[in-house]
This record gives sequence, structure tokens and C-alpha cells, in this order.
Amino acid sequence: MHQDASALQLILSGDPALFAIVRLSLIISLSAVAISTFIGIPFGAFIALNRFRGREGVIVLLNALMGLPPVVVGLAVYLMLSRSGPLGALGILFTPTAMIIAQTILVTPIIAALARQTIEDLWAEYRDELTAMNVGPFARVVTLIWDGRFSLVVTLLAGFGRAAAEVGAIIIVGGNINGFTRTMTTAIALETSKGDLPLAMGLGTVLIGIVIIVNALAWLARRAGEKIAG
Amino acid sequence: MLDGITLQFDIGAPTVLIGPNGSGKTTLLRTAMGLVAPTQGRITWGGVEKSPPIHRAFVFQRPTMLRRAAAGNLRYALRVAGVPAAQHNGRIGELLAMVGLDGLGKRPARRLSGGEQQRLALARALARDPTVLLLDEPTASLDPAATKAVEDIIRAIAASGIKVVMSTHDLGEARRIAGEIVLLHRGRLIERAGATEFLGSPKTAEAKSFLAGELLV
Repeated sequence: MHQDASALQLILSGDPALFAIVRLSLIISLSAVAISTFIGIPFGAFIALNRFRGREGVIVLLNALMGLPPVVVGLAVYLMLSRSGPLGALGILFTPTAMIIAQTILVTPIIAALARQTIEDLWAEYRDELTAMNVGPFARVVTLIWDGRFSLVVTLLAGFGRAAAEVGAIIIVGGNINGFTRTMTTAIALETSKGDLPLAMGLGTVLIGIVIIVNALAWLARRAGEKIAG
Repeated sequence: MLDGITLQFDIGAPTVLIGPNGSGKTTLLRTAMGLVAPTQGRITWGGVEKSPPIHRAFVFQRPTMLRRAAAGNLRYALRVAGVPAAQHNGRIGELLAMVGLDGLGKRPARRLSGGEQQRLALARALARDPTVLLLDEPTASLDPAATKAVEDIIRAIAASGIKVVMSTHDLGEARRIAGEIVLLHRGRLIERAGATEFLGSPKTAEAKSFLAGELLV
């Protein structure tokens, strides 16, 4: 990026470096949300539909993990992936993969906790009907996830919001390497520290714009779906 | 809630459970369906205890519509009942016609009126091809027109050979539908008789009071 150019000029000129940052930011955040969805929703459904010893404790812990400090997660992932760490042999520290891992750890509790609440509420409503219809355990989960899909979209948006806004973890495990692991949030942090506040503000505006666009698209999809399914 | 009740339902005319609120009508139906486990005693279907509810279906007083179209609710029930997918469309059309909802298949089930939802719930129960249909106060929250529509369907179902066991606190409804009547009070079976006999010459004091419109407390 040209240091003396404003964010608006960079956007309008289609600056390749800026768009590479935006692209990498979306890849990392959306990948983390996708992985967290596959882990968090089934896990949330399991807790919602099953009664077991310590369940209340698991729910409290899961809710608490929604507030995991990103820098602590970043540090933990850093220690795991550093050369002397147990996963150091993978050689993925300071790569986008490490950033996705860190964000997945941050986002999964959010998706699992919110999905648990959504599915549990829906189960309270559906329990008698599904039991009377003799619906099996696996089919129940599929039914509840499908019928709760519009509420679960909000859950995924909450996860995406966390991932897209996150900087503490990915700056530790990604290293903010120009052209390789630099995302919008890490670039904003860097430009702010360098004193280029207009550029940082501009990048921040782009980031907020993307979050609004993603949420608007999800909202429109939800509205259209609700119109069809009720 | 239920106290020493022994009942046998035979295939035939509808059995209507009557009694005041809290008499145990709903509990008896839910227990029969397996939705509530009895603390004592046993329930058998065709002589088999704990038989899976394959040939039973239940319609609740306030049925829960799945978040799908009306036809989607029926398709779901057909799929759960193991009906081959190739037969779904044809069967859905038949069921919607049977309950007078033809043309509303694509409408979201939750946007149907209360009476339409209750009729869809009946169709959904019939999708299971039951031999016994348990109905828990199916018209309790409906207006007279919707009540008549639901009662007409219940009579048609009973005429098709499906055993209907339903609860109501509406004596008029019991007169219109019942082949036999079972009066419950405080969780106990007070009197059981054919509808004509029960309504014409009740034997117990509680039944006489109930028919006279007095409050059973």
C-alpha cells in the first residue's frame, strides 16, 4: 500500500495490496466460522438434548468461554505451535493456518453456547410432537437444527463478528507479515502505531462496511427463508 | 394424577374421555401414548408392553407446527413414518384434501389459522397411518365454525375404521362424537358406558351431576 494515500483512494483505485488484505481477512474469519460451525452446533445440540452429570457446569463454562481473552488464546496457540511446542513440527506458526486455529478457538464457544440455547428452546417447543411421532435421536438433532436455522444464522453472525473484529490472537500467531499474514485488524493496529491515523480509520471503515454487508446479506437470506417456511 | 385406572380400548366407535379440568384426561392420553411414564401399572398395545408407537398417533390441544410449509409438515411425518419418497406427493395431496386444506400446501404452517393448524395436525397424524388416534381436546381453543370442521374430520376418521380416543370437557362435543364415554374425576375412572346409556341413564352420582351441569369439585 502507498503510505501517503487515503483509504478512499486505495479503495477507488483497486489497490491490490489493500484487496489482498481484505481477501485474507475474509478467508481467515470465514474459515474459522465454518470450522466452528461444524464443531459448535453439534456440540451445542448435544448439550441441549442430553441430561448428564455436570451439564450445568458445562453450560456455565461454555458461556464463560464466550469471553475468552484473545491475547491469552493467541499466547496459548503460540506456545503450542512454536518450535519448542508440542505442535512445533507442523511449522505453521506465523501462517494464515495458525490464525484460523486461533480464531476457531475463540469463535467455537460463542457458536456452541448460542446454538445450545437456540436448540434447547426449540426442543422445549417440539419435544412432545417429535416424541409422539417417534422421531429418533439423530433425526431430532437434524430437525431442530433445520427448523432453528434462521435463529442459528444470528449465531453464526455473532461468531463472524467476533472473528472479523479480532486482533489480539492473530497478531501473536500470525505475526502481521506484510503480504502474508496481514489482515485488516492487524493492519489497523500497525498503522495506528505508526501514527497514520487517516489510513487506520479508512481501513476501519472498510472493515465495518464488510461486516455490515455480510450481516445485511444474512438478514436478507433469513427474511426470504422465513417468508417461505414461516 | 391417575389412580387405579384400568381401561381397555377396542376397535370401534370413538371413545370420549370427559371430566372437569384436572380430572386426568390429558394425563391418561399422554401416558397411553408413552409421553409420560406411569409410576405404577402397565400399558399394552395389542398385548405388547412398551410397543413402539408405530400405529398410534397423537394430536395435541395446541399442536406445534414445524417451521415448514403445510405440505412440508406432512412430508416430514411421512418420512418419519417410513413412507417411500415416491409416494409422498400423492399422499400429501390426499391428506390435504381429506382435511379441507387443498390449495394451502405451500403456505407456511405457522401462518395458518388455529382451526387450519388443528386440521393440519390431524392430517399429520393420519400420515402415520395409525390404527389408534389419540386426540387431546382438539377443539378446545377453536371457534364454532372451526370446531365443526374438526369434528366432521374426526367423524370421517372414525368411520374409516381408525379407533379415536379423545378428551373433551365439552359435553355437547361428547354427545356429537362419542360411541362410548368415560368419565374421569380426580384421576379416577368414575363411569364408563355407551354414549346413549351414559347420557340417558347415568349410574353414578358424579355422572348425574356432570350431566346436570353441576360443578364437580
